[in-house]
Amino acid sequence: MAQTLKPGSGPLDYGNRTWLKILFAAIFFALYAPIFTLIAFSFNTDKRGVVWRGFTFDNYVKAWNNADLQEAMLNSLSIAFISTIIATILGSMVALVLWRFRFPMKAAYEGVMSLPIVIPEICMGVSLLLFFTNAGMMAWSVNFVWPFNLINIIIAHVAFCFPFVAIVVRSRLVGFNRQLEEASKDLGASEWQTFWNVIVPFMMPGLIAGALLAFTLSLDDFVITYFTSGPETVTFPVKVYSLVRRGVSPEINAASTALIVITVVATIIAMKLQAPDKSGKG
Amino acid sequence: MADAIVSLRNVTKTFPGGVKAVDNVSFDIAQNEFFALLGPSGCGKTTLLRMISGLETPTSGQIIIGGEDMALTPPNKRPTNMVFQSYAVFPHMTVAENVAYGLKVTGVPADETKRRVAEALEMVKLTHLAQRKPDQMSGGQRQRVALARALVKRPKVLLLDEPLSALDAKLRDEMRLELTRLQENVGITFIIVTHDQDEALSMASRIAVMDKGAVQQIATPSELYEQPTSRFIADFIGKVNLINAKVVSSSASKVVCDAKGLGRIELPHVGQAQGDIAIAVRPEKLKISEAQPKGASAIATEGKVRDVAYFGDTSHVVVRCKDDLELAVNVQNDKRAGGAGVERGQQVWIHWAPEDTLVLTE
Repeated sequence: MAQTLKPGSGPLDYGNRTWLKILFAAIFFALYAPIFTLIAFSFNTDKRGVVWRGFTFDNYVKAWNNADLQEAMLNSLSIAFISTIIATILGSMVALVLWRFRFPMKAAYEGVMSLPIVIPEICMGVSLLLFFTNAGMMAWSVNFVWPFNLINIIIAHVAFCFPFVAIVVRSRLVGFNRQLEEASKDLGASEWQTFWNVIVPFMMPGLIAGALLAFTLSLDDFVITYFTSGPETVTFPVKVYSLVRRGVSPEINAASTALIVITVVATIIAMKLQAPDKSGKG
Repeated sequence: MADAIVSLRNVTKTFPGGVKAVDNVSFDIAQNEFFALLGPSGCGKTTLLRMISGLETPTSGQIIIGGEDMALTPPNKRPTNMVFQSYAVFPHMTVAENVAYGLKVTGVPADETKRRVAEALEMVKLTHLAQRKPDQMSGGQRQRVALARALVKRPKVLLLDEPLSALDAKLRDEMRLELTRLQENVGITFIIVTHDQDEALSMASRIAVMDKGAVQQIATPSELYEQPTSRFIADFIGKVNLINAKVVSSSASKVVCDAKGLGRIELPHVGQAQGDIAIAVRPEKLKISEAQPKGASAIATEGKVRDVAYFGDTSHVVVRCKDDLELAVNVQNDKRAGGAGVERGQQVWIHWAPEDTLVLTE
């Protein structure tokens, strides 16, 4: 007679073991309870936001009408938008170079390129601050008209965002069938036509995923922004930080919840687009 | 060749690292030929095809297409189009867009493009799938897209890289017929690369057999099968019994030699032969009989049946003769009863006509 396995005892049945289920639940709780608390308290009627008193949307209205928060959010979105565009272009160019060409010191270049990913943010912040100060850009950019007064922060954000774009786009390109490129040329297309008609459409999911990743990274960056922003410019995370030092208000909860929603949605779309598919194999 | 559409002159390709993929190859391909490049993997046949298409440039030599040396012309400026082994159908375009691509990028007017795309799709019987995306299609359908996409350009030469290798057996037979029919209809020179001798023999009007970067023989399928010029070709095309022999004497029309397991035999042969040679005979030319055959003209030897493999229409029999000579014999199972008519361990005679034997000096 065939041996019957107890449920959960098969080699791939980890998910059915009770103790593992409990562990999973504990981990998820530790990770997400603070976030859910924040979201829940954004609907709290209590002014000081410590005790639950009742449900309301008022905090969202107040946050929306807060001129300071508005300005900070506008700055953050502009910075994220501009630096995403630049980082996406730069990052995909880097990805193409690394994918397509062999050159001396390629491995070294690749390592240096991804340095901003692994380097501690605080070091990057300090070094960028030193750089901008020595270049005179800290004092100089303050006089620029909006959004050019954000130039320091934008440059800083591009610097730490583009490697992420490069990595995402490059991993997409690995699945590219080179015969598609050859077929395009064989059919009469020039290099340039081949690039725009065949390679870019293939890269597109990677481009969008990389751009969304860059956007979320830029939008919620605090450390590097804090170092590189002048006294006049405030971004949303920096503003929240300064407000929290005077006490947590439900308004901040509301604004933060909005930020969470934006980043989560962007991340989900990015992950969907990065999911491996068979479409590119030609 | 006067009406050559493609002429290769001393074409050599050396890859970085010193590997000579194609070594001093010269031959002509005539207008409207169905030409096959056949050889084992790594023989340089695909490199040669890619050099004709322009995707690879020769290290030296001339590639003359339609009277013009195009050795260094980029692929988008050549009157050749390729059907890739992986089909390389653009995944983000519909079938119609794929077929229209080559016309669009070269600035063919929209109405003409539309008409030619419709024609090409008609030709490969894909009109009803024009709006499909490639990922909703089977391998065979994708290949038709690749074919239509290449033919719509009206090339002087259509290049096909292992076109049938990715299809299953039944589809392969269908496609083989369809390709020959298509070639007759469109009147374009086809050059096909394949490692499959059946494919080459059944489709091509001429075949170039390649090995180690060089062309070994160029001939029609039947010449290649019945008149191979070397042991390599005889062995590579179909099955063959190769028997080592030593020449005793040779004249203008015949050779007398001592063959392993057969003793002294006399064979018709035009040309000189001396020293060690090989004699070759195809398994289907051999006959099996229980008694010693009568008549002195046949070459005959006695042996013991080692193995009988039944294939339905034929049986492949292996007989061990004198001097450890093993001969493969194909027997037609032309009667319902009895199969090959022999069984393992049986003592039999094998005989064949001297004129069915080939003398190979190389």
